[in-house]
Amino acid sequence: MANAYVKIARDGLWDNNGVFSMLLGMCPTMAMTTSATNGFGMGLATAAVMAASSLLVAAARNAITQEVRIPVFILIVAAMVTLVDLAMNAWMHELYKVLGLFIPLIVSNCLPLARLEAFAAKAPIVPALVDGLCMGIGFTIALTAIGAVREIAGSGTLFADASLLLGPSFRFMELRLLPADRGVLMMILPPGGFLVTGFLVVVKRLLDLRAGKEIQMSGAHAVA
Amino acid sequence: MKEYALMMIGAALVNNVILARFLGLCSFMGVTTRIDTAAGMGLATTFVITVSSMADWAVQNYLLAPFGLGFLRTVTFILVIASAVQFTELTVRKVSPSLFQMLGIYLPLITTNCAVLGVALLLVESRLSFLASALFAFASSLGYSLVMVIFAGLRERLALATVPRLFAGPPIGFIVASLLAMAFMGFSGISTG
Repeated sequence: MANAYVKIARDGLWDNNGVFSMLLGMCPTMAMTTSATNGFGMGLATAAVMAASSLLVAAARNAITQEVRIPVFILIVAAMVTLVDLAMNAWMHELYKVLGLFIPLIVSNCLPLARLEAFAAKAPIVPALVDGLCMGIGFTIALTAIGAVREIAGSGTLFADASLLLGPSFRFMELRLLPADRGVLMMILPPGGFLVTGFLVVVKRLLDLRAGKEIQMSGAHAVA
Repeated sequence: MKEYALMMIGAALVNNVILARFLGLCSFMGVTTRIDTAAGMGLATTFVITVSSMADWAVQNYLLAPFGLGFLRTVTFILVIASAVQFTELTVRKVSPSLFQMLGIYLPLITTNCAVLGVALLLVESRLSFLASALFAFASSLGYSLVMVIFAGLRERLALATVPRLFAGPPIGFIVASLLAMAFMGFSGISTG
């Protein structure tokens, strides 16, 4: 039984990583990774929504009929997003102002919906919760990684403004790696988002290849 | 009149939905393998964005704002969008069965295309009049369709090229998209008032 959970966790965190393998949830991945902190915050919000909605869908899976499942899923996700939206507005207002539009847009992020359809709708409560949480954390890791690369290359800092998100005691994470005028502005601008994501997908394939695994050529970029 | 024209150019090219605002990327990567599919998708999405933005404008100004129900915005908007998509699906199936076949799974998935919800939410923030909102939504979705078709053209050529195995598929797509985004940044010099 414990093995099953390890597999779910490994799937979510690395093997089937929502961003790098399945290429889902691309919009926040590109838009909110101008810095590692933004990516981290966006990832956490998405992870919270995914865990909560997976739990609810798994709990209600016998009551949801096949025909109406998509609207029901979307409404459950939308309700969770509204909760996260209000909570972040109240308690993390600075970050909320940065993420702005993209918090309500978690509703139309395909990753939560894809996991609900593929996993939570058929699984008992606990595995569904673990899957939602691990997929969410995997998403957070991917966003933080993309954000970190773009931030270092673009503005020369790492985790700038982390204290706004996590509280003043995390000020030590705010690093400056390059002098202020050395950044390549393009990495912060939209083209950099595409470029870094493309190269990080290649890095993941390279690591998978090193580990002796087959590379997933398809990527489930056929969903949503 | 001039303001409207500038606003529409700004929405379509300068602040392009896909390449500058990063909305609707799933369909951007997903249905752009052939030009005709991409054009069909662009057409369907244009219709959905315009119709649902107008409906969302009405919902926002006559229902949510007067009764202080702003916190229900996400839920109501997604319902309006889902209905608009359902309506489009019925229309497309009736009018052009071959396009319906081609779009397949992507048609219902316009609901989760963040460009639709994103434009509607942008309009709430910008507090435009009804006419301006409708034009903004229409211009945004035209910009969306334009980029979809351009990118599909690029990918049709890309399919013939030899790409290193590690880069095959999505990664090379991202890198091409990055170049396209850089090209579109050239529009940012246009003054939009």
